[in-house]
Amino acid sequence: MENKNLLEVSHLKQYFPVRQGFHRIPLKAVDDVSFTIKPGETLGLVGESGCGKTTVGRTLLRLYQPTGGRIVFDGEVLFDSGEQYDDNGKLITDGEGRPVMGTRIDVDMLPYRKQMQMVFQDPYSSLNPRMTVEDIIGEPLDVHKLYSSKKERREKILSLMETVGLNAEHAMRYAHEFSGGQRQRIGIARALAVNPKFIVCDEPVSALDVSIQAQVVNMFEELQEKLGVAYLFIAHDLLVVHHISDRIAVMYLGKVVEIADADELNANPMHPYTLSLLSAVPIPDPETARKSNRIVLEGDVPSPLRMPSGCPFRTRCRYATEQCAMEMPPLSDRGNGHFTACWNK
Amino acid sequence: MQEENLKKRQFLSAQVDLSKFNRSHFEAATEDEKRQQDVMGESTTFLKDGMRRLRKNPLAMASIIVLLLIVLTIIVAPSFVPYSYSEIISVNGKRDKSAANLGPFEYSKAEQRYMKSTGEKLFPHILGTDSLSRDYFIRVIYGTRVSLSVGVVAAIMVLIIGLVYGSVAGYFGGRVDLIMMRIVDIIYSLPDMLIIILLSVVFNERLKPLIDKTILRVLGTNMISMFLVFGLLYWVSMARLIRGQILSIKNNEYVLAAKCIGTKNGRILRRHILPNCLSVIIITTALQVPSAIFTESYLSFLGLGVSAPLTSLGSLANDARAGMQSYPLRLVVPAVIICLIVLALNLLGDGLRDAFDSKLN
Repeated sequence: MENKNLLEVSHLKQYFPVRQGFHRIPLKAVDDVSFTIKPGETLGLVGESGCGKTTVGRTLLRLYQPTGGRIVFDGEVLFDSGEQYDDNGKLITDGEGRPVMGTRIDVDMLPYRKQMQMVFQDPYSSLNPRMTVEDIIGEPLDVHKLYSSKKERREKILSLMETVGLNAEHAMRYAHEFSGGQRQRIGIARALAVNPKFIVCDEPVSALDVSIQAQVVNMFEELQEKLGVAYLFIAHDLLVVHHISDRIAVMYLGKVVEIADADELNANPMHPYTLSLLSAVPIPDPETARKSNRIVLEGDVPSPLRMPSGCPFRTRCRYATEQCAMEMPPLSDRGNGHFTACWNK
Repeated sequence: MQEENLKKRQFLSAQVDLSKFNRSHFEAATEDEKRQQDVMGESTTFLKDGMRRLRKNPLAMASIIVLLLIVLTIIVAPSFVPYSYSEIISVNGKRDKSAANLGPFEYSKAEQRYMKSTGEKLFPHILGTDSLSRDYFIRVIYGTRVSLSVGVVAAIMVLIIGLVYGSVAGYFGGRVDLIMMRIVDIIYSLPDMLIIILLSVVFNERLKPLIDKTILRVLGTNMISMFLVFGLLYWVSMARLIRGQILSIKNNEYVLAAKCIGTKNGRILRRHILPNCLSVIIITTALQVPSAIFTESYLSFLGLGVSAPLTSLGSLANDARAGMQSYPLRLVVPAVIICLIVLALNLLGDGLRDAFDSKLN
């Protein structure tokens, strides 16, 4: 694998203003998230519902305007809010606590849409019911003018359909005539149409039933081998993520709490949240399941509008100390490419 | 090997014990039976598909036939009926005083004398004549022409203004939406009848010198002011409706997917959002026509509609009120035509919605 990163995300922030009475307070959906993805690599992103996984994916593709941070794709800066950080990841501020701002960069995304694509979660609402499969898959070709004749467009669409295992004679049908798995294949063909280097897969299998999930996940792997595309694979199913990912990032309340190689994370989880997540993975054999030691977290996820000070997980963490309430632990290197944000582990 | 794996593991298990079966228990499906599994039907384009469903709907087809017949009649009839809508019946160049209030297919005394003396057959008064000795059939034809064109033109104006305004407000949302919808609220809160009456009075005065030498003169100021009034006032409900539709449709993931592809806003609106609220647009437009016809009748009743001697279905019905007991036919005919047009358009709107709304299939 090359050493150059395809995608570098640093200190990405996405706040949504929420009105409460007369006040507008920010909902910190994604708060200071950093990670990198190499060409042809799959980074799994797991976490419970509402922790900001989907927002990370959408902000990366600039479907939302990021509040802060820096996105570098293939060596080119797509977005930079101008905030500067020192080597320890601390925001550089002037005497009055205001951040020292560098130059702000905000490029037109259109040319990059050819290189970064997305596969959506719900195969039922992500395809326009008024369009035929041919038009759905052909739309990226139309927008980026990737063909010179009608015949070429059709050929491209048919070959894409073949790539994702759809029958060519189904090109003229509407999306509602297909099953969930087939619809997800249409969505994947649409994402592949522009020949991207990077695809955000936003829970692409969670709406499908298990046997179809396996087919689709295997197809993602085959496509990666064939086309060398990198994935950000968002899911809440740890088994699926472990199967497909090279590395896994665990998110909790808008923050990445642990990143490691997939096998390393599975064998040696460090962050207490990852531990409890892994213990919640269903075990197919009831005998083993009964003996296994499940870590059940107490309490609920705090509201992202009223985040706890310091580490967001401290309210439910059994190792929490005073230091956790004071300061958010940085993602620190524990060797072997394993990073964890915890003071105590 | 495989069969061993599939053996029942437990006594109570519902798993089928495959070891008890062999090839002889199974029979290969024939080609015919295999074809039964092809549940997918012939696929067609959106328009063809919709038209096919529309053709299967007897009510909608009957409405289309009725509307076509009415339109055909009002186009063709004036070319073979020798009377004009403003012409008082005369025989041999002399005004025929006996021709007032004739029944259907009746000839006046003067006409009978004329026919007897020359042997020439005069064109019959299909629906008789009115109290001013004008042929009633041709007046109904012209009244229908006016009413239908007012309805159709008003509906098209409402559609265009409402569509553009509503889609911009709904799609861009936020502050744009806020300001645009407050303007709509203001227009909405004005009593429309009052405004229509005031506007038509004002327009009547102002328009006269403007259109005097143009081709629009044929229509008359009243007609044009009526179009303007409809255009200025009635688009608000259409705009609201379309905005609401777009607000709900733009949150679908396929719109996000289109943005992700890099599709421009205009194309997203045209390709993804508007086709999905097409059914609502179709039915509201179809319903706008009868509502405009009603309003036009109302205005004609108040003397603000088309100016005499031109007539509309509303003013014909109004004129007939006076002689309702002696000549009920003169009230019944325009009323029935209004009913037919309104009913046919409503049923057609329903049929179109059912045919083109793929979510209902």
